[in-house]
Amino acid sequence: MMDPAMLNESVAAALGALALAADAPDAYATAATADSGGPTIFLELLAATLAVVGSIFCLLASIGTLRFPDVYTRMQAATKAGTLGVGCLVFTVPAHFASVGAFAEAILVLAFFFLTAPVAGHLIGRAAYLAGSPIWAKTQRDELRGCYCKETHLLHPIPMAQLDALESEAAGSTEGSRSATKSAG
Amino acid sequence: MSAPETTTTDTQSAAASGDTLASMLTPSEVTGDFAGLSTAPIYEIALAILGLATLLTAIRLLRGPTLPDRVVAVDQLGFFAVGAIALYAVLTAKPVLLSVGIVMALILFLGTAAFAMFIERRARP
Repeated sequence: MMDPAMLNESVAAALGALALAADAPDAYATAATADSGGPTIFLELLAATLAVVGSIFCLLASIGTLRFPDVYTRMQAATKAGTLGVGCLVFTVPAHFASVGAFAEAILVLAFFFLTAPVAGHLIGRAAYLAGSPIWAKTQRDELRGCYCKETHLLHPIPMAQLDALESEAAGSTEGSRSATKSAG
Repeated sequence: MSAPETTTTDTQSAAASGDTLASMLTPSEVTGDFAGLSTAPIYEIALAILGLATLLTAIRLLRGPTLPDRVVAVDQLGFFAVGAIALYAVLTAKPVLLSVGIVMALILFLGTAAFAMFIERRARP
């Protein structure tokens, strides 16, 4: 920084990079890799690692989608492992090009996936449950059994049959107490 | 298309920064590539793994016993498409392609939500 010769050198390098960017159509990338060796190796290493890790997570997600026994477990594999894998793959681009614009776009893609993937998974799971998609035979417990109203598709805190029983019981008890008060009066 | 240009700059920068570090940090098969900083084979391998994943998901899409299974598979195919677009952007040196990923993610969510709504409405008596 202090050394004027060094400064001149860096200015010349920047100008060279600019010239490169002006004439080559995709010099964005070459300018980024040409400026210095040190950080670029690490960024390149990071990019390659992210690419491999992301694609392996995608492969795991697809194996889960293929091998899991029912829709709900498949949806879980697709949503979680898939999101992680694609997030890694998307961050390959800014790491490889060392560009801030690509980083912003990758953040956008990642934020979008993190926002929408759980919602989409929930929607599909809910729709599958309401459509009566079969649950794996070895499922330990189904906490939603009978909790969805068949007509309105609304979720109730306790199973519908139990709710009906409680309601009729409550109606009966209020009638009973009313009659008791009436007889007392 | 810009392959010769990148390789020349890459070899220069690799000579400047020392390839011992890279050779230490990478698997032996790709050490040569990494020291020269042309990591294209790694991205191609990643793309191949992604292709295999897409194939497995396509099997589930074809086989899926119920409609929600198929919707999950289509959703995941879209995920993989975004990942493949990212890898393709790296391989063709066009970072602009990442914008396609944003649009793809948007469309994907809309499609999945619409399918879920359709399944649910169909289940209503």
